[in-house]
Amino acid sequence: MQIRQSANRALQALIVVAVVGLFALLAVTTAEHLQQRGIRSGFDFLLEPAGFTLGESLLPVDAGDSTWLAFTAGLFNTLRVALPGAALALGIGTLAGFGRLADNPLVRGLAGAYVNAFRNIPLLLQLLAWYFILTDLLPAADAALRLAPGVFVSKSGLALPWWGDGGFEIPEPGGFGIDGGARLTPEYLAMLIGLVLYSAAYIAETLRAAVLALPPGQRLAALALGMTPRQVFRLVLLPQAWRAALPPVTSQLLNLFKNASLAVAIGYPDLVSVAGTSLNQTGRAIECLVIVIVVYLLLSLVAAAVSHAFERRSQWERPT
Amino acid sequence: MSLAALRRRFFGDALNGALTLLLIAAAILWLPPLFRWAVLNARFAPDVAACEALNRSGACWGVVAEKARFILLGRYPAAESWRPALAAALIAGSWLGVAFGGLRGNRVLPALALPPLLAVPLLGGGMGGLPTVPTELWGGLPLTLLLTAAGMAGALPLGIAVAYGRRSSLPVLRALLTGYVELARGIPLIAALFVASFLLPLFFPDGVAIDMLWRVLIAIVLFAAAYLSEIVRGGLQALRQEQLDAAAALGFGYWQAQRWIVLPQVLRAVAPSLANSAIALFKDTSLVTIVSLYELTGSLGLALSGDAQWRPFYLEAWLFLAAIYWLGCALLARISSATPLRP
Repeated sequence: MQIRQSANRALQALIVVAVVGLFALLAVTTAEHLQQRGIRSGFDFLLEPAGFTLGESLLPVDAGDSTWLAFTAGLFNTLRVALPGAALALGIGTLAGFGRLADNPLVRGLAGAYVNAFRNIPLLLQLLAWYFILTDLLPAADAALRLAPGVFVSKSGLALPWWGDGGFEIPEPGGFGIDGGARLTPEYLAMLIGLVLYSAAYIAETLRAAVLALPPGQRLAALALGMTPRQVFRLVLLPQAWRAALPPVTSQLLNLFKNASLAVAIGYPDLVSVAGTSLNQTGRAIECLVIVIVVYLLLSLVAAAVSHAFERRSQWERPT
Repeated sequence: MSLAALRRRFFGDALNGALTLLLIAAAILWLPPLFRWAVLNARFAPDVAACEALNRSGACWGVVAEKARFILLGRYPAAESWRPALAAALIAGSWLGVAFGGLRGNRVLPALALPPLLAVPLLGGGMGGLPTVPTELWGGLPLTLLLTAAGMAGALPLGIAVAYGRRSSLPVLRALLTGYVELARGIPLIAALFVASFLLPLFFPDGVAIDMLWRVLIAIVLFAAAYLSEIVRGGLQALRQEQLDAAAALGFGYWQAQRWIVLPQVLRAVAPSLANSAIALFKDTSLVTIVSLYELTGSLGLALSGDAQWRPFYLEAWLFLAAIYWLGCALLARISSATPLRP
């Protein structure tokens, strides 16, 4: 036993030495290469002017502002698409999940076709299609489609009634397109629609599996108590299914956050695409990628904490 | 089914009836125009003038015929087209063999791992009289299939090793591997691909230049292995202790028991999850287009974005590609439900 323990200790020391050695070797090689290419290292570039602008941003950022502000604006853009996206995906996913369990064959067929199609086509390909539809197939801004009073859609995006400089504004066709209200760009809309429909299909499937995995006795017992099928679903099956589905659904929502990084492919300036631009401008690949990785790890931690809190709250609550 | 049962299904209550009517109305409103666009008014010949004359009233399926070679094989030299076609057929054939053919049991994993190994020299050439084709020119369907098959073939052994490492009695090893798994699972694949594209060249010593394709494959293997290790670890945890006791009673050593008792049962139990990971990887290979490798998704962009004449018919070419991905996913899903590892 004694020998075994000291052998273990030696082995662990060996592992530590090997790993530290490997990292030291990588660091030395990397430092050499950076020097050869004349790239300085360090995070000081964050305080220097970014030198590029973002296509759109909640924060007003221009090329003269410091780089960290551009990164922050990129993170805000990620959240701006991922947070509403998560809420919409939960809603649509729940509806589609119910639809797949419906008695009505038409509803079941439609929900099944939706889930099947959207889960089995790569998200990137879906985003490219939405972007093409929004920028190529829609009419130009001066011939915008009117979806509802004050809501217009065209190649330059979606115009909505919103608070502007002069109070609440309702968009109206003007000389060169639509005036007033708020505007959502085609890049943002393509990201939002693509992310929501892709994630919702996964959430629907998760919910359906959770309901089907419940012991059949639950449904039969509730029916025997005289509940209507809808009551059985709402009061007996759904609460239990939600509890089982919570961890996988949380991980679907976390995937939605990670998938928001595909924005780089259609030119929506999220965190990853800002990091990519900055990387190309400054050559500081390590620093830019470290920022991206750290932010995503922090987001994962936050998501894990939130889901933990929800799970605790939704534990069995026994009536007293 | 009786009329009453049908009525209950479609018009059971107010909500149900309203949904039925709504869906029937939508079908009457939208299906005929869709059919007119896709079939009646469509042009099937690769004739730009005829397609433009449609003015979007019908689909231009001719774009698929016109661009098929480029979308399916990318920039691979046209004179050598048989090589990528054969490479894709080898890999797709192994999937078909497991999904529909008689491939079962011990032969499944070698049958899935061998084709990507054969595909690499076939695509690369430089031996046996085949002209060398640099990896930058590989593309389209063979590249998508190669990244998926080679990615899984590399990630599964690594994932199994990591899963065992996380159960070892060495705390340092456990901590290191846990850190790796959580890191890989916490970041988006794009971040890993950027690391492969921008950082890996800095790490290698001078004179060692590795093609983007192999760097990306390294990133994919490391990324997927983290997910696979979690699946295998779950399978190891679910295995009943009695199995090991019985093996010990029969005189099996630790590694013998793992090889003959534990791993076969664990891999069989987690085969559906492994196949789901393969589906996820198959779809995720589309991301390598962001670091300039032109697999299916990338070659669609290459084929159309520079061609002003054909670009308006992007949607038709897109649907062709979506159908290929859909079929690939369906094939892998069938592998998952066929539980092929059963003897």
